[in-house]
Parts: sequence; C-alpha cells; structure tokens
Amino acid sequence: MGYAAHGIITMLLLDSLSKRYGALVVTDSFSFEVAQGEFVGILGPNGAGKTTLFNLIAGTVKPDTGTITFQSRDITREGAAARCRSGISRSFQIPHPFVGMTVFENVLVGATFGRKAEGSVDYAMQALELSGLSKKANQLAGSLPLLGRKRLELARALATEPRLLLLDEIAGGLTESECHELLDVLRQVHASGVTIVWIEHVVRALLSVAQRLVVVNFGKKIADGAPDKVMDSSEVKSVYLGEDALV
Amino acid sequence: MSTHHVTRSTMLSRFALVTAIALVVLLAAAPAWASTATLRLIGEVMIYLALASLWNLLAGYTGLVSVGQQAYVGFGGYMLFTLAIHAGMHPLAAIPAAGIAAALVSIPVAKLVFRLNGAYFAIGTWVVAEVFRLVFAQMSSLGGGSGSSLPITIMKEMAGSKAMRESLIYWAALMLGVGSVAFVYMLLRSRIGLALTAIRDSETASLSLGIAIPRIKLAVYVCVSAATAMVGSLIFLQKLRIAPDAAFSVNDWTVLVIFMVVIGGIGTIEGPIIGTILFFILREFLADLGSIYLMILGVLAIVIMVISPKGIWGLVSDRLGISLLPVGYRVETREDLR
Ligand SMILES: Nc1ncnc2c1ncn2[C@@H]1O[C@H](COP(=O)(O)OP(=O)(O)OP(=O)(O)O)[C@@H](O)[C@H]1O
Ligand SMILES: [Mg+2]
Repeated sequence: MGYAAHGIITMLLLDSLSKRYGALVVTDSFSFEVAQGEFVGILGPNGAGKTTLFNLIAGTVKPDTGTITFQSRDITREGAAARCRSGISRSFQIPHPFVGMTVFENVLVGATFGRKAEGSVDYAMQALELSGLSKKANQLAGSLPLLGRKRLELARALATEPRLLLLDEIAGGLTESECHELLDVLRQVHASGVTIVWIEHVVRALLSVAQRLVVVNFGKKIADGAPDKVMDSSEVKSVYLGEDALV
Repeated sequence: MSTHHVTRSTMLSRFALVTAIALVVLLAAAPAWASTATLRLIGEVMIYLALASLWNLLAGYTGLVSVGQQAYVGFGGYMLFTLAIHAGMHPLAAIPAAGIAAALVSIPVAKLVFRLNGAYFAIGTWVVAEVFRLVFAQMSSLGGGSGSSLPITIMKEMAGSKAMRESLIYWAALMLGVGSVAFVYMLLRSRIGLALTAIRDSETASLSLGIAIPRIKLAVYVCVSAATAMVGSLIFLQKLRIAPDAAFSVNDWTVLVIFMVVIGGIGTIEGPIIGTILFFILREFLADLGSIYLMILGVLAIVIMVISPKGIWGLVSDRLGISLLPVGYRVETREDLR
C-alpha cells in the first residue's frame, strides 16, 4: 500500500500516460491519482478520451508511454484478466453482454473468475439483487433492451468483488426514480469500501455522489478538484459553453 | 422475503441421464449378446463418437477449428506401437501412456499454432499434422514409410483367446466413447465450461471479468489432444498395423469427424452423438453405392448447414426448447410465506 504525505492510501496512480491512434492523440501524458475510498467523477465532451482512459486502466488497451500503478504495484504490462482478479473492475459504455447466456450466468462469470473466494453462486445472486436484476435472472442476456444491458454491466462488475470500480456512463436514459435507485446502489457500494471512478454525462447525478471531479478534454486533464470549484472554473465553463449537459 | 435456489438439471435431463446409464450398461454387456461383427461395428461407432465429441469441444466450444487432429490420432497409434514393441509395455497400459505423451507434445504445438487465427489456425494445424506424418515416415525403427505390424506375441500376452481380445478392445472403445462424452459434459458444467461459453460470446468482456483466455484454451487443447491420442492408439491396436498415410489420414480422422459434428450440431453436446449415429446408419445403407455415397454425404452436410447452422440437434432443441444434457444454471425463486 502506498502512503501519500497526509496518510492517504493511494489506490491508483497514472503517471504521464499517453495513447495515440494513428495521428490522433487520445490520451496526452495524463497523470492522475485516486485515493482508497474515493468517489471520483469524470466529465468531458464526446471524444475527449474518457473511455480510453478506462481501457488503459483496466488493461483492454496498452499505453504507448507512461505507467499505471495499482495498490503500489506496477501493472502497466499486466493483462486485463489479471487486473480484474487483483481488484479492478469496469463496466463498458457500449455493453458487451454474453448474449447466449442468461442474466444470472453473465453475472456468475464475474463472480467465478473475478474473485478469489469461493461461493460464487451466492455472490452472483447478491450482485444481481443489488443491481435490481434478480427478476430477470433466467432471461437470455441477448433479449435485454439497452437499459437492461447497462444494468447487467453494473451487476457483472460488482460480482467480481472489486476494490476499484470503473463505471462508464451508466445513468443515461434512466427516469428520475430509476436514477435515484442507481445512486442509492452506488452509495451503498461506496460505503462498503469500494473506490469508485465514474464517467458520466448526466452531471446532476454525478455531482450528487462524486467527492472529486476530473474534467478531460482532448486527452488532457483540464481540471481536478472539489466538484463545486471545478464546475465554477472558467476553463471548464469554456469547454461546456453551449453544451446543454450542464443545465 | 424470498430465497433463491440454483438448479442445473431438469426432469427431462434426469430421465435422459438414467436412460443413458441403462444404455451404457447394455452396451457393456454386448460381448455376451452381440456377434463379432456387431461388436466391431459398435466399437467403431464408439471410436468416432469419441473423436466427434472431442473435435466439437475444440471447434464448437473453444473456437479452435483444427483440421489437424489426425496428428494426435497418428501420434497415439505410433506411441502405442513404440511402447508395446520397444518398451515391452502392455498394450492396454500403453493407451493412457500415449495420452500423456501427446499431452506433452501438444504444449509446444499449441505455442506455435495459437499464434494463428481463424483460417490460418486451421491451415496451421493441418501443416503440423503433415509434419508429424513426415517425421514418423522417417523413423526406420517404426517401419518408415511402409509402417509396421504388431507382433502376434504381444497380442497373445494381452489375452489368450481371440474372443477375449476382441472384448477387451471393445470395452476400451466403449470407455473412450462414453468417457469422451462424459468428459465433455462435465467439463462444460465446470467453471471451464462457463468460461468457454462466455469467451464464445465476447472475448473482451471475458477478459475484463477475469478469465485467463489463453490458459483456458491451452488447457482444452491439451486435454483434447491427449484424449484424441488415446483414441488413436486404440484404433491401431485394433488394426494391428500402422503406416504413416493411414495414421495421419485427414479424411479418416478429421473430415469424417467434422461431417458428423456438423450434421449433428456443432457447439452442442448432443450433436456429435446424433451425427455419429446418423453417419453409421447412412454408411450401412449407402456404402455400396461407392462414390455416389460420398456425394450424398456432402450434399446432406451442405443442406443441413444451410437449414440449421447448429445441425439436426440445434433444430430439434430450438423447436422444442429442450436440452438433454444441460450445462446452464436456472434460478428458482421461492417466496417465503411466513
Ligand atoms: N480503437 C480506436 N481506434 C481509433 N480511434 C479510436 C479508438 N478508440 C477510440 N478512438 C478515438 O479516440 C477518441 C476518444 O475516444 P473515447 O471513446 O475515449 O472518448 P470518450 O471521451 O469516451 O467519448 P464519449 O463521451 O463519446 O464516450 C475518439 O475520437 C475516438 O474516435
Ligand atoms: Mg466514452
């Protein structure tokens, strides 16, 4: 465990991470630190490189330069599966359900392979209930509509018993009450000791739970700090000028 | 308050299991009730049932579409001859030994062919099988290109009477046939089966949920190769003769097997069973027609592939919504009435 100067334990550390696709620099010497137990929100316009950041942290994509440290261990060269088993779990913005398996089996995969402990059937059932999918347990995942698939992403990620949970746009399209339910679930997960980083365009939802806000634009971090300060900064305002996301 | 309970079998699957066990008992007693010709036929069906189930596990469930499994059939056969003739091993004991040897050989082979994807993987496995054939054709101690025969003294050591030898070989075939189906079924019900189904649907999500895909694929490849070599060693124990062309025949040990799996239903456990039985029925009735028989097989395979990509069993199970050998999980919710 790494201890920062003020006794805060560092969970995740990105050090000048860069990734380019051809000529397009999608992540531009990005440095970022998450303390254990934090709830960080990530904001940024479309194409800013937010999902790519998650792909780099979760190991789906390898960086061109820079290092990733998780719980004081350099994981830059580690594969996605190993990172998941060591406690990093993510949801996909574009859901990747196992369409030929039932909802329960989808979640069971996470509970079986993402965790070290036994009792995966029970754990999967818990994750399913927590995410409000238990009524659909025997339904084929391929038959779920988009919102159901997004919820399944959350359930599967929770089933791996993460220490660091990366959520990519899971609130879009929800009704007011569904969104409240989701926020309750996230608060509960966070209260149980899970560190959360959440990319979300639904700013109001994000602001109601995030303790810290990071704004990304053109692959660079342009703001990082307390949510109200970040939202007030002129740089962020200029990025969002004319965007209705803030309303 | 509600409680959840996870079940993995159905009424139908329990019935199917009991029926299957009864059938296996009946088949185990075949030396007592069947003629030598029938015994040989059932033995051959069992050999192909094993090859079809194993290839289906590889191609249908693991996505490793190999057209080079004859490498392991031939390797197993040659291993048995080597161990029995040159190491004085009992032929039946040489069968599992050949399996272990094949498992060891399959690891470096996998390291090589796993670098290839899709069609290149298929071609790569074929090339490897050809290399195996050429290597064994060079070995003069095993008869080189013209092959060698198993000395009759070795067969006599196995069992005194010819009838007893036939029975032993038949039981070994039954064990491999039934054992392969049982192995595939149990593997698919295990955590490896869960992983294989997940990988089939999305590799990206599988990796992100902690599945070590390369390790699982390697494990399946090694197991299938070992079992295929055991089948191969039995095939040539029964034939009493081995030569490179017969041992590494792509037609006999891979093309026919693919045909059976495809018409029965690739990616289903029941498919290879149905496909194997159907193939032997067709052969019994049509083999006299010569090359027309092969054309009928080809046309049949194409027609079935067009109508139902999951073969005959895919058609049946989709229509009726049933599975005789289920591998999935069903959650049953009971409302507690207090
Ligand atoms: N595999 C890829 N190949 C080429 N370009 C890519 C690839 N993945 C992402 N990009 C590009 O990188 C940029 C950043 O993409 P990314 O998905 O990270 O953005 P984002 O911030 O998550 O956007 P959104 O809010 O729309 O989800 C985009 O311009 C995208 O087109
Ligand atoms: Mg995105």
